[in-house]
Amino acid sequence: MFRTALKSLLGRKVRLLMSTFAIVLGVAFVVGTLVFSDTLSRSFTALMASTVGDVVVRPVGASGESEPSARTVDSSLVGELEGVEGAARVDGNVTAFGVFVVDEDNKVVGGQGPPAIGANWNDAPAGHDLEGMSVIGGREPERAGEVLLDSKTAGEAGYTIGEEVHLVTSGEQAVLRPTLVGIGGFPEGGSLNGATFAAFDTRTAQELLLEGEDAFTDIWVTAEPGTSQEELADSVTQRLPDGVEAVTGDEAADEAASAIQEAVGFLTTFLLIFAGISLVVGGFLIVNTFSILVAQRSRELALLRALGASKRQVTRMVMVEAFVLGAVGSTIGLGLGILLAMGIRTLFGQFGLDLSGQPLIVAPRTVLAAYAVGIVVTMVAAWLPAHRTGRIAPIQAMRDDVAMPESSLHRRLVVGVAMIVAGGAALAAGLMDVVPRPGWFVGGGILLVLLGVAAASPVISHPFLAAAAWVYARLFGTVGRLAGQNSLRNPRRTTATSSALMIGLSLACTMAIVGASAKASVDQTIEENFVGDYVVSSLFGQPFSPRIARDMAEVDGVDHVWAQRFAITGSGEDSQGVAALDPAAFEQGIDLTMVDGSAGALRDGTVILDEEYAGEESLSVGDTYDVVLADGPRELEVVGIYAENPILIFPAVTTPQTLIDAGYRDADNFLIIDTDGSAAVQDDLEALVADLPIVTVKDQQEFAEEQRAPIDQLVLMIFALLGLALLIAVLGIVNTLALSIIERTREVGLLRAIGVSRAQLRRMVTLESVVIAVLGAVLGVVMGIGFGVALMHALREEGLEVIDVPVSQLAMFLVVSLVIGVLAALLPARRAARLDVLKAISTD
Amino acid sequence: MCGIVSTMTTTGDRPVAARVRNLTKTYGSGDAMVRALDDVSLDLVEGEFTAIMGPSGSGKSTLMHCCAALDNATSGEVWIGDRELSGLKDKELTRLRRDEVGFVFQSFNLVPTLTAEENILLPQSIARRKPDREWYDSVIDTVGIRDRLGHRPNELSGGQQQRVAVARALAGRPRIVFADEPTGNLDSQSGAEVLDLLRRSAGDHGQTIVMVTHDPVAASYTDRVVFLADGRVVDELRDPDRDSVLEVMARMSAPVAD
Repeated sequence: MFRTALKSLLGRKVRLLMSTFAIVLGVAFVVGTLVFSDTLSRSFTALMASTVGDVVVRPVGASGESEPSARTVDSSLVGELEGVEGAARVDGNVTAFGVFVVDEDNKVVGGQGPPAIGANWNDAPAGHDLEGMSVIGGREPERAGEVLLDSKTAGEAGYTIGEEVHLVTSGEQAVLRPTLVGIGGFPEGGSLNGATFAAFDTRTAQELLLEGEDAFTDIWVTAEPGTSQEELADSVTQRLPDGVEAVTGDEAADEAASAIQEAVGFLTTFLLIFAGISLVVGGFLIVNTFSILVAQRSRELALLRALGASKRQVTRMVMVEAFVLGAVGSTIGLGLGILLAMGIRTLFGQFGLDLSGQPLIVAPRTVLAAYAVGIVVTMVAAWLPAHRTGRIAPIQAMRDDVAMPESSLHRRLVVGVAMIVAGGAALAAGLMDVVPRPGWFVGGGILLVLLGVAAASPVISHPFLAAAAWVYARLFGTVGRLAGQNSLRNPRRTTATSSALMIGLSLACTMAIVGASAKASVDQTIEENFVGDYVVSSLFGQPFSPRIARDMAEVDGVDHVWAQRFAITGSGEDSQGVAALDPAAFEQGIDLTMVDGSAGALRDGTVILDEEYAGEESLSVGDTYDVVLADGPRELEVVGIYAENPILIFPAVTTPQTLIDAGYRDADNFLIIDTDGSAAVQDDLEALVADLPIVTVKDQQEFAEEQRAPIDQLVLMIFALLGLALLIAVLGIVNTLALSIIERTREVGLLRAIGVSRAQLRRMVTLESVVIAVLGAVLGVVMGIGFGVALMHALREEGLEVIDVPVSQLAMFLVVSLVIGVLAALLPARRAARLDVLKAISTD
Repeated sequence: MCGIVSTMTTTGDRPVAARVRNLTKTYGSGDAMVRALDDVSLDLVEGEFTAIMGPSGSGKSTLMHCCAALDNATSGEVWIGDRELSGLKDKELTRLRRDEVGFVFQSFNLVPTLTAEENILLPQSIARRKPDREWYDSVIDTVGIRDRLGHRPNELSGGQQQRVAVARALAGRPRIVFADEPTGNLDSQSGAEVLDLLRRSAGDHGQTIVMVTHDPVAASYTDRVVFLADGRVVDELRDPDRDSVLEVMARMSAPVAD
């Protein structure tokens, strides 16, 4: 039986190709997303491992933050630790974020997200003797006015050794023009994940980054051979003064990596959701293809039955075929998936997350998932129709036109509707936040609704298909009628094929609505609350020198400059943003609607709170607000409660001096500028920051545009990934059509014999394809609107008040689906038109 | 086997619906070359019901396919009316099949998604031509399926399906109708009905019909039987009956001394 199975496989190359193709695509999708997720997560762990020594000595509490602390350890500690038993060497590090490299076109190098690192240069080995970054060109920086850049950054900015480099920092001395003396790199491979790296000699780094303090942000102690990290950490700890701690490099790397991974966690989650979607869509494709294949072979299988093969033998033969196909398809899919992961890596590189130095991680789990998906789904897909074939009498199946017994449409409708109802309920429960883990309920609910619609689709799509057939008959005459009837003749197949497109498009529509609504909310908020005439802000919210605020206040025509700065307090789940603003602003023009207390009462060591936040924390005027600042826990007195105001980005506001006292750097994040309205002011303001490309002056419109940009970028990224899901759907249509054509070879031959021209035949196939695509699109858009509006309703509480359904974009989806339909038909239509009439008629 | 060529000229003054001249069709090349048709010449006279007979592999189906613009000959000429087929493009051949030729196949003759009536009118609606109502009615009555017009093929018996196929072939008033073993899949009762229908179409309406068959009974319904063997026309009968056909067939299968 095994040999018969193999022979039957090889005997039908085209069908073999088609069905393998379906498996390959499905598996490739799952593998691509898994490989990329693993690579992403490993890259951060790897990056962090090379940024810690065997033992890291640092101020207590300066851990798990995404930004190095402003607090330091005294440099004299380096000398004291040199004598510690088991210590091979001790190096002090100065590391800070916000040192931007600017290229010759005055553009900041690097993208959004990865930090711009500034540091002192040392060649201390990272933990476990890992070679960290080393000098691969030129030499290390030795004195003021010299800098070393990592090779990627230097390359992107176009700087070569000996040239003057343009740097921008958030310190008092905002613009630096040192000479490039060295290039750093990872000789053993590795990458900074898109971060940029600029290193100075230690003294210069302290001047620039620590305001001249003779100290380090942390100290690395390198172990002698034979001394473990734990032993060394224990000996080091005995020598440390209060407020300083020693942790092993492994711990420090884990902390740092997990902090970053939390920050990019949404990406991994998103990719996994995406892998799930691919699995469902790919599964559809495989099941559909196999149903067609086995149905087509029912005669052959019946012949085997007639020759004495038992039902079970026939089923087993089909299963063997499915297993072989599944295994082959999974293997090819695994390879293709790795290529796909490279594609996603490139895509994310476009958005600044550069993983090019990171080898792709193909975890055993990924390989397992690939084969599990490919083989299991294929075998299940093959079993259903094979089992069905077994139910008809052999001689009946050998007749010309067999009607395959199908599960009743009625039952599918019932099952589908039940799934839709259950999914809808889960979605509603998740959105109303009445269950634990609402995210799972929302995702699971959406998936259940999609699958339910796919199951019920042969019934609920009937009116659409019938209407399409009617329209076709009116518009395209007989060819249209034939096409319309073809789409109706096997509604299961038509709707299963369109389901893949439906799933992809419904998610794309949901994203379009969420994106458009978010942008509309941003616009509305800005329009209602924009104070002053201009805002000055920096790229990625980086802090910038307070001197800018002082200089701008001097500009003719400027009435007021209100400087806001931000601090992140606490860590992990308890982290909370705190804003600081000079209380004078509240008298000069920033109107706060006070619910209780007074904004004028704000002074150092006190805080005013947003009404809603105060409610959540059960705080009122006179209470103390407990907060963990950079130098430890503080108690700030609540002196006022204000009604929500979007100008204040965080719900707690204190004074700038309070933050400086607590160890935060003296730097601003956001300036609001009030002018007398003269037009020349903007030019004057811009002249002040001309050499600081990270800082920009914007009026209301420009500011709104900037706020919308990240939303656009995120939506675009999601669209790019969903685009791949759409690609699968298109290939699914191609596959189904091509198989339908093979199945209908004789009919095609008959049509050609009685005078249907090639062009008419092509038109017929194209019209069929368009019906499938448009059905998928219509269902997808309808459900996408449902999901999108439901999500936005749930997010109303979160400040996204506007629900915007981007009609033109949704209309575009429909048009695109039309084009997809036409494109998907190209090959099958060509194939149909090229069929040799004689051969086609005599095919069985 | 003499006198073959002379029998070709017994057309009298009646116009010729289709004409075959020196038609040769080969498959393969070199040693593997097979001559399916070997220098065949034949006139198909208007209004005549002709049967083409011969053992399997004699080339009868190939001859019909070449005449019906479904296949290309290797050399020689095929005329349908006053048009010669060689050199026509696919588009022109398609139009020719649609407008000048009707088909009845052995099986799978109808489009399963269309009703009987839609199937009958399919060639004309593809050509976007208005059917001739009067002629259509007379065809339906001749064929006798008026009460089944709204049914799909899978709701019809084999005989009914084949009668619908005949109606489709006749409805467009083609110059010539080709039938390839039209009774091959039918029981004798239904087969007789279909043959009678073809007979009457030729007799009453002057429809030219060419039928490939190897059933002597079927051949007995025709005006003329042309016998093929090894790609050549070897004999011909006029106004055949079952016995005369059988006689020729017996003679053909007997070893022949040259």
